[in-house]
Amino acid sequence: MAESHGTESTPAEARVVHSAGQSAIVLALAGEWQLETAAPRFADVLDPSVKADAIGFDTDNLGAWDSSLLIFLLQARDHCDTAGITFDTSGLPDRLTRLLELARAVPDRVAEPDAPQLSRVERIGTAGLVAWDAAMESVAFTGAVTDSVIRLLLRRTRMRWREFWVVVQSNSSGALGIVTLIALLVGVIIAFLGVVVLKRFGAGYYVSYLVGYGMLREMGALMTGIIMAGRTGAAFAAELGSMKITEEIDAYTTLGVSPIDHLVLPRMLGLFVMMPLLVIYADFVGMAGGMMVAVTLLDLTPTQFISGLLSAVTLSDALLGVYKGVIFGVIIGLSGCMKGMQTGTDAGAVGRSATNAVVMGITLIILANAIIDWLAALLQI
Amino acid sequence: MPHASDRTAGHVAAIDVRNRTSGDAPAIEVRDLTMRYGSLLIMEQLNFSVARGEVFVIMGGSGSGKSTLLKHLIGLKKPAEGQIIFDGVDFGNADDAGRKDILRRMGVLYQNGALWSGLTLAENVALPLAEFTSLDADAIDEVVALKLALVGLRGFEEFYPSAISGGMRKRAALARAIALDPDVLFFDEPSSGLDPISASRLDDLILELKASFGTTIVVVTHDLDSIFRIADRALFLDITKKTMTALGSPEELRDNPPSDQVHRFLTRSSEGQP
Repeated sequence: MAESHGTESTPAEARVVHSAGQSAIVLALAGEWQLETAAPRFADVLDPSVKADAIGFDTDNLGAWDSSLLIFLLQARDHCDTAGITFDTSGLPDRLTRLLELARAVPDRVAEPDAPQLSRVERIGTAGLVAWDAAMESVAFTGAVTDSVIRLLLRRTRMRWREFWVVVQSNSSGALGIVTLIALLVGVIIAFLGVVVLKRFGAGYYVSYLVGYGMLREMGALMTGIIMAGRTGAAFAAELGSMKITEEIDAYTTLGVSPIDHLVLPRMLGLFVMMPLLVIYADFVGMAGGMMVAVTLLDLTPTQFISGLLSAVTLSDALLGVYKGVIFGVIIGLSGCMKGMQTGTDAGAVGRSATNAVVMGITLIILANAIIDWLAALLQI
Repeated sequence: MPHASDRTAGHVAAIDVRNRTSGDAPAIEVRDLTMRYGSLLIMEQLNFSVARGEVFVIMGGSGSGKSTLLKHLIGLKKPAEGQIIFDGVDFGNADDAGRKDILRRMGVLYQNGALWSGLTLAENVALPLAEFTSLDADAIDEVVALKLALVGLRGFEEFYPSAISGGMRKRAALARAIALDPDVLFFDEPSSGLDPISASRLDDLILELKASFGTTIVVVTHDLDSIFRIADRALFLDITKKTMTALGSPEELRDNPPSDQVHRFLTRSSEGQP
């Protein structure tokens, strides 16, 4: 153990000692040099205009030191380099000299300069190319999944049924709670809206029409789609993203096994099967919620509500919603799996993939809903 | 923390300027430590101490509990039984202030670096300085530049971890670990995932930190080249006996192995293995 020379608790100090008759400057370093206390800065100790051939050090009274002294010495050495002065390390402890050499070592790889700033036109062009690449990736992924489905139908690939049933289970009993809650509340909201508006015209009885049309054609499928995009789409992206980071997906590829067949197909088909069933369930729950409001606020009996509803809606209204459910299931599966498979390798990549999957899923669901409604209007369905 | 008068000393010593316990007391003392995951016993009856300024290696086969022991030493897990004494303070039972003080005086290099991917290298190194010291921004920048220069990453301050190689990431993580001039540095499998040149370079850095700063260094590894190169003493964890079965210099343990397991481990022998 080294001696402390009785310098404990003495603050760090650096002062200039001119050697008479020589042009060398000696800096006397003393006291305890600690990062957490104010250590002298080289620029404050030595007047840059002072002429000298060399700068040396006297460390006889130097106590304990840490990086703060090293920083001071590096500042001194930089000054010497700039002014063409000799930096004399002979008075420094060996350890300090070694650390100074280590800090000066040339990196084995030199940092490359930042890329030049892009002009506005270049930025727009770059953004366009990125969007184009993303669109092409989506098309390629959709094509790969379609190819996989066709091979499955032709029995040229095997289905991983265990994975499939896990998805079915997760999107049946696992999703019923949230679907029930949201569908019930949406039915209640539609009914409240109907009660407020239709009552003014003495047409409160027609609340059942509004609830029936609203749930079967639009809200049942739409709300289920949005719930499942947030729940299952994000889960798909996170699962596959984690597998990408741990190179499990690469392992499939290098074995010559299609990760689409093994990972994407069971998830897609699981949702493809479950979404219409969930939509039908949501329709019934939503209509039950609407009936509760109508019975409570309009003095209608449940029988009157149901008979009004049955006289208004047709099977094609219900099937339109179910058909939407199928489409939304495909959209959620595609966006979740695609974003998962495109996950990067950094720590935030999985989170970004999950977010992107949800955003993409919901956006495409609403877009698809509008297109289907437009086509239904054209075809008078 | 080193001292000027150490320049003539043949051995390395850390001087305590923060009124800590120093002298000949060990930096870390482990007493009757038992480690468990739930009801599963990992290791028991661990008794050893790490002297100031030494490089202490924890070795053992895969799954022997080396990394679990490291997690106990750095406070990520609490002992099921026993004590870990850090500079005279029982780490496991320290109050928040005592625990924070101990954490401030240790640095950890995780197996994969564990750099924060959303921060640049400079920001990674600066974070502990901003958190634990009252240095102003300019002073922090100076310390950051110094630490990155010490690990050979001068000029890479504004790079993100994803833009550099695995070896550079480990060195950047080491710069972060030494940001606060810790008394004790822990390394978890420092050579894992590195090519031999990068691994050797990291070993050089470990030895340099020991020699220059007098830092106490605890390394978890099963890399024999590294063990024989850097270790002053080594501890062997025996998975079959669920306790430590050897403690000494690697050369001593190789020449006079206290058990077959230690002999096979240090001579890369699979003799007698199923």
